[in-house]
Order: sequence, then C-alpha cells, then structure tokens
Amino acid sequence: MVENVRGIDPSRDFDVVCDVVIEGGTITHVGPGAGAEYRNADAAKVVDGTGKWLLPAFVDMHAHLREPGHEYKEDISTGLAAAAAGGYAHICVMPNTNPVNDTRAVTDMMKQRAREIGGVALHPIAAITKGQKGKQLTEMAELREAGAVAVSDDGVCVMNSAVMRKALEYAKNFDMPVIQHAEDHDLTEGADMNEGAVSTQLGLRGWPRVAEDIIIARDILLTEYVGARYHAAHISTRGAVRILREAKNRGIDVTCEVTPHHLLLTDSSVIGYDTFCKVNPPIREAEDVAALQEALADGTIDAIATDHAPHSPLEKDCEFSAASPGMMGLELCFGLLLQLTEGPLKVSRLVDALSTRPAKIVGLEVPSLKEGAIAELTLVDPNTPWVPEQSDLETKSRNSPFMKRQLKGRIEMTIAGGNIVFERQPDNGKAKESE
Amino acid sequence: MTAATLRHLLGTRDLSCERAESIFETADAFLEVTRRPIKKVPTLRGKTVINLFFEASTRTRTSFELAGKRLGADVVNMSLSSSSTSKGETLRDTVATLDAMHPDVIVVRHNASGAAHYLAERTRAAVVNAGDGMHEHPTQALLDAFSIRGKRGSLKGLKIAICGDIAHSRVARSNALLFPTLGAEVRLAGPRTLLPRFVDALGCKSYDRLEPAIEGADVVMMLRIQQERLGGASFSTLREYSRVFGLTVDRLNLAAPDALVMHPGPMNRGVEIADDVADCDRSLVLDQVEAGVAIRMAVLYMTAAEAGADLHAT
Repeated sequence: MVENVRGIDPSRDFDVVCDVVIEGGTITHVGPGAGAEYRNADAAKVVDGTGKWLLPAFVDMHAHLREPGHEYKEDISTGLAAAAAGGYAHICVMPNTNPVNDTRAVTDMMKQRAREIGGVALHPIAAITKGQKGKQLTEMAELREAGAVAVSDDGVCVMNSAVMRKALEYAKNFDMPVIQHAEDHDLTEGADMNEGAVSTQLGLRGWPRVAEDIIIARDILLTEYVGARYHAAHISTRGAVRILREAKNRGIDVTCEVTPHHLLLTDSSVIGYDTFCKVNPPIREAEDVAALQEALADGTIDAIATDHAPHSPLEKDCEFSAASPGMMGLELCFGLLLQLTEGPLKVSRLVDALSTRPAKIVGLEVPSLKEGAIAELTLVDPNTPWVPEQSDLETKSRNSPFMKRQLKGRIEMTIAGGNIVFERQPDNGKAKESE
Repeated sequence: MTAATLRHLLGTRDLSCERAESIFETADAFLEVTRRPIKKVPTLRGKTVINLFFEASTRTRTSFELAGKRLGADVVNMSLSSSSTSKGETLRDTVATLDAMHPDVIVVRHNASGAAHYLAERTRAAVVNAGDGMHEHPTQALLDAFSIRGKRGSLKGLKIAICGDIAHSRVARSNALLFPTLGAEVRLAGPRTLLPRFVDALGCKSYDRLEPAIEGADVVMMLRIQQERLGGASFSTLREYSRVFGLTVDRLNLAAPDALVMHPGPMNRGVEIADDVADCDRSLVLDQVEAGVAIRMAVLYMTAAEAGADLHAT
C-alpha cells in the first residue's frame, strides 16, 4: 500500500492525493483514505508517499539491449534491471542484434531470456526486412505470434519506396505498426553530426535535416495511400514536427516519438569532438529543440523513447568519425525530463508520453492507476536532485553526456506485472552526497 | 632566443594575431638558416619529434622532417593505416604507446576531423596538427600567411580569394580562420556543390563564381581538386570545372595588377590552375614550399620548448 501519494493517471484524467492499495499484484483500492483499514494489517507493506508521485509505470518503445551478440555493452539482464531502475514496466527492444531479430528463433530467445530473469516485461520489435537489408519482408505473422509488437529496421531506413509500401501493408495485416528510422542514407553518407554552422566549423560531415524530413513525408504519403499504421522513430527536426502535425490534422494514422537528448541538447555540445554526443539522428539546433518541446507539450509527439544505446569505451574513446552513435538513457530519462514541466509541458502529458501513449502504439495493456488493474506503477520523488555519476547504475555502460549533470526527479519504486521490480534502498548509491 | 611557446598547435581558430606574429618572427630567423650552406642549428638537440601520418603525404611529411632535422631533433617517421576495418590497434593505444617513449612533439595527420584534439588530450607531448580530416591544417595556413607577409610586409587590408573545393578543404578552413585574424578580408569561391551549405559559419564572404571573388583581389589562392571526387555529383567533368572554375590569365587579370597567385600543392595543371598562371612571376607556389620548412621549424621549436618545460614541471 502506498499512502498519501499524489496519484497521476493521464489515461483517466486522474490527479489526486490518495492511498493506493495493492493486493496480490492487483490494485484494489484507490482514493483519499482508501488505505485506512490496511495500514495496521500485519502483512501490509506500507510505503509513505508524502511528497511523492505515483504514476502508471513507463513503457519504453525504443531501446537496445544488445543481446544476442553484443553482450559486452549490455545484456537482457542488465538492460531489464536498468529499465526497472528507470521506472519502466515494459521495454521494447530493437532488432539490430547479432544475429538480427528477423526470425522467430531470435524473438523466442529474447522472450525466453526475459522470462527467466523476470521483472520488467520485454517486447521484441522484429526487423521489417531480412537482415535489415531492405529487400525481403520478414515472417511477420510468425514473429507476431512469438511476441513481436512492431517491426522496424532500426538504424537502417527502408529506402526503397516499393518495399516500404509492402511493409506497411503486410504489417497492417498482423496489426503491427511499422517503425521507421527516417534517414535518407544517400543524403547522409559519411555524416557524423547535424549539418549546420557547428559541423562547418568542426569539419565534420553533416547529416542534413531534410534527410529525415524527406523519408517521413514519403512514408506519410504511403501510409495514407495504403491505410496502414506508421510510427516515426526518434524524430529530431522541426520539419518532421511540421509534417507529422499536418498529417495528424488530416487524420492519417501516424505516431512518433522523441528522445530526451533531442529534447535537451543542441549540436554545439559536440564542440570538442565529444563522442558521447554522437547519436543518430544527430542532435540538432535550438529551433529544433524548441519545436520538439512544443510538439511534445501539445501532443503532436506521442511518445518519449529513450533510444537507450549502450556502448563500451571501445566504441566511444576514439576519433569522432570512428565512434559508434548512441547514448544510454533508461535510468536518466525521467530525471532529465521532469525539468521540462517547469515550462509548457504538463506533468500529465509527460506521464502520458512516457506510459499511456507508447503502450497504445505497440498494443500493450495500458498501465493505469485504477481499481482492478494489474499493478504497474512507478513511485517517484519529484524533488530530490541527483547526479548519475555519483549513483549506482544498473546498465553496463556509461556513455552519456549527462553523467555529470544534476538531474531532478528520482525513481523510488517500480512495480511491473504486479511485482516490485525495483526499490531504491535508503543507502543505495551516494545520493546523499549530491544533496 | 626567448620566443613565446606553444603547448600544442591544433588549429588556427584560437590563434591570436600576436601569437601568429611571434611564430612569423621565429620563422624569419629559421628562414635564414635554411638558406645557409650548413642548414642546421642545435636548438632541439636531444629532443624527439614523431611524424605520425595516417594519410599518405610526401610534401608535408618531408617538410616537417627537414624542419625537425635542421633543428637538430631526432625525427622518427611513422606511416600507419587509419582504416578502422584493418586489424590495427586503436588510436588510443597508438597514442599511449608513443607517449610511453617520451617524445617531445608528435606531428599528426589523420583523416578524422578532431584526431589531433584527441591526441592532445592523451599525451604529455606537444601535438602539432598536420591536417585532420576536413577540419584544419594550421601550419599550411601559417606558411601561406608567412609567404604573403614576405612579399607585402603584412596581411592588413589585403583581399584574399580562396577558390575551389571549400567544403572538403582543411586548408581553406584554416586560412579562412587565420587571415581575418591578421587583418585580411577573405572571399571563398567555388561551385555551390563544393561550398559548405552553412559557409557563413566560417565568417567570410562566399561566391559561386570565381570572377566576383577575384575582382580586385590582392591574392588568389587556388585549391587542389581531389581527383577522387570525380564521378560523384559534386561536379560534372574536369573539362567544365577548368573552364568555369579554373584560374586562367583572363580571370587573373580581374585581380589587382600585382596580385599574388598561390596554391598549396600538388597542382593539377590545366584543371584548377592554367599552366602559364602556375609559372608566372607572381606565383608564390615555390615560396610557399620554402616558407613551409621555416614555419614548421618555428612551430616545432616553440612547441618543443613548451613540452620540455612541462616535463620539468611534472
């Protein structure tokens, strides 16, 4: 039981200071004073929620857990632990493993590993095409049966319009969204960062915004034409925002996500050749950040996805062009983004983007703070500042430019599938030092 | 000589006018040394310079090698492959290995922008950037400025046109950053396909034709066309390039009457520069080569002095 906590559930417009009682993994009572009779029960675990928020647990629809193939960066065990510590009950994992998740065997293996480990639920996103090569469609019916919730050739854009059309049609057949990594690879050959004033000064090859915008515009036209479900991964440009907003206004079934780093950083953070700031798509400029923040606040951007991309020092401690793109983010996401609620972003919209909307997009039961629901909840302390570098992190990797940054908003407890999968110990980490 | 010292030379961006002038004054003295019958001074005796070249280079490497040897330093040349696919060691390990041998200066050329910065953060030696990707080539800019200064006394008030493949040129970038610091006006010119989309970030005027850039210019610097870019979409044919963007006598006549002609070399005669222009008496091409050795002697001298001071301090 969590008592005297501010419960927020955007799926039913709920924002009340209340008690929440969970029995046998199911939420049985929600409301002010609802826990009075349970407070002194012998078997009850009572958590004081004073000053804290109880939210539907988060759903990350875009993460890389690196298993199978790159376990030195992360594996399903450490990845799920990081997800739990980040407040997630569900995590969707991208298929760019080795081997690529383009067959039932790999999907089965991922699900099996996650079941053995327990805790956070893992949902594979299978490849659109065999080997992410953009040619032959994968066996989507079978992948769906095995537990895939969507398809994506993440990291590789489906460049061929005919293949993309067929992918949209075939995935719709099995009620899965097609998630596109929108990048016209011809326009980004050899690119290391956003094309702009900073890339010109640093002498790094530029990744122009239009390379993203062109693909999203094309995909929207295809989606409208064949009547499918399209989701644009990690959008980064003001152009993408404009195109998607217009498509949504016209009633086309498209959704999109944004990462914390695209919401917070500009390309000037690359100055000094900081490989931790090398991501794909690249960090853009101030106007893009403003457009993304606005679109998140008004709901044009549906979901927040971490694009958690752990790398070892091998891939980051090197010359910039040789560095692998990506940064880890599962455990930092909430602490980074809560500060945005000091602006136009409402807390309920933030929670909606972290939990409700991504769950709907990939077709999961929406975590909810209501009686009768399986408990999938995240308890957060919205006030305590902390610094990642001084904390214990569950992920194997440390590739983030935010490691030294002071964050606000900490995950105190995560409940997934009715079980407590993460609980911050009072002496856990060195949080006290940062206070 | 008690010249100012340099910790590293990574680019011209952060070079002040005073610092550049102190390099030129040091180079003045060394230019005289290179013209002596016995071209050697013992200034860097006992110092070690490593020429670490990850890209093929004859001219720059030879220039640095002569510069080091004429100062009495022990110079070691290392040519390595920077291909990340070959089973070579990482740049991190290469730096650590070299650092353990206590070199005083590492001169590095690498095809990755920022590689010299990467080295500078990981070695006690002074790092001199001999070209990093499309980023900077500061000794080239310094020797260019030194050559102009030799003819005109100063760069103050001069109009300098830099023409060709601006987008991929570290020479253009370093010059575009250095010349304005020294009081010159820089005009960048080339086909739009070879100008950076955000060329204004370099702080210079830019033109998509040669004529307006050359008009009234005191210096016209042509850049080498990389033959390997042929066949791509950056330009159509060599023939058209030389016809529209090559420096001919007619185009040179648009410049100031005594305008200087420069080229960092090696030249593609008949492509970016016409044969007769390359050999005309206003051409500084060979002065640039001579200045290169003197400038690199000055840079090695100033960085090695600092490296030594550093070692004594620690």
